[in-house]
Amino acid sequence: MTMFKTISLKNMVVAGITAFLLLAVVPARADDVAVKIGNFTFGPQDLKVKAGTTVTWTNEDDIPHTVVSANNFRSRPLDSEDKFSFTFTTPGTYKYFCSLHPHMTGTIVVEAATGSTAPPP
Amino acid sequence: MTDRDDGLNRRKVLECMTWAGTGVLWTVAGGVPTSLGIIDEAVAAKQKGFTFLQISDSHMGFDKPANPNAKGTLEEAIGRVKALPERPSFMIHTGDISHLSKPSEFDDAERIISQARLDVHYVPGEHDLLDEEQGKLYRERYGRGSKGAGWYSFDADGVHFIGLVNVVDLKAGGLGNLGNEQLEWLEDDVKGRSASQPIVVFAHIPLWTVYPQWGWGTEDSARALGYLKKFGSVTVLNGHIHQVMQKVEGNVTFHTARSTAFPQPAPGAAPSPGPMKVPDDKLRTMLGIASVTFKQNEQRLAIVDTPLQG
Repeated sequence: MTMFKTISLKNMVVAGITAFLLLAVVPARADDVAVKIGNFTFGPQDLKVKAGTTVTWTNEDDIPHTVVSANNFRSRPLDSEDKFSFTFTTPGTYKYFCSLHPHMTGTIVVEAATGSTAPPP
Repeated sequence: MTDRDDGLNRRKVLECMTWAGTGVLWTVAGGVPTSLGIIDEAVAAKQKGFTFLQISDSHMGFDKPANPNAKGTLEEAIGRVKALPERPSFMIHTGDISHLSKPSEFDDAERIISQARLDVHYVPGEHDLLDEEQGKLYRERYGRGSKGAGWYSFDADGVHFIGLVNVVDLKAGGLGNLGNEQLEWLEDDVKGRSASQPIVVFAHIPLWTVYPQWGWGTEDSARALGYLKKFGSVTVLNGHIHQVMQKVEGNVTFHTARSTAFPQPAPGAAPSPGPMKVPDDKLRTMLGIASVTFKQNEQRLAIVDTPLQG
């Protein structure tokens, strides 16, 4: 019995560490999503991320652009090499565009952080 | 400095009086000015018509490889204006005065453009409305006497000029946008006018669909042009695309001017409409100004595009 207890306690500690590591690693990877603005396009144009992910747009054009999603987020004008980041906490579909060059559009689909098969609300 | 209120009208009246003093007597019949009596040297000058200039897309603050010295090329353009043998009546600027709407950029534009010593009538480009309050700086500097986001009209030498703003409240996936409020104003502005009065419309983004894939057109321009259908002579002057293009559709002549800052590619000729880097010795052949002359009794205005070089 004491043996079991010890093992289970050990297992719990291991599980706890594993869980901690997973929590630490998964969001860290998700944090690092980049969208490139180049040649008057967002690349990738359509992106799927987990809730909690931070997306960073970088303007690689010689012309300023913006990243605007009505009622959700709005960047300042991004000059060349300027960046804009937004953390998506709520699942859903986020359509965005450049308010200076409105033919430039993109979409971010944010899925729930747990249960990857769960459909976005 | 803009001067589109009574000051301009008074000045224009004074200018016409000066003309009368040198021997030209003006009458306005059906909205088209016609000279009745002509004496001495005024003959040559007036037969050439009434001339104004268009400059566009100065992009003060732009310093990328396509032209690291946009200030210098604007200075050259204004130098050309100063050197004209016939002094134009005024200038219009079809937007993108600045690159990032910074006060220092507007200051540079003002300092250089004012050297032409001409009244300048501005409309904003999308680059002029990038401040926190989306155009407050522009309207403070250039918007006096204008409505809404900065639209207005005025008369000069019998021609009705209409400055429109099509760079505000753009919709995702769409083109340039005039909006309902401005269109209603336009309808009202031209309602009582004689169909024979020449109309000049100027706005930043082309009011005809040049290339929708690059956003080169205006969503609701058809409604605007509908209000102008009855007029025998309509000239539409735009900027934005940094190259000369012209199209004639019935009574309407569409024209875009060169930038003074950097060229952009022909529609579809490059992956994107971004600034086009050309060899240094070619740059000045692709930048420039436009001169527009209204000749009496001619329906179309004569537009001459002059590059800075070549």
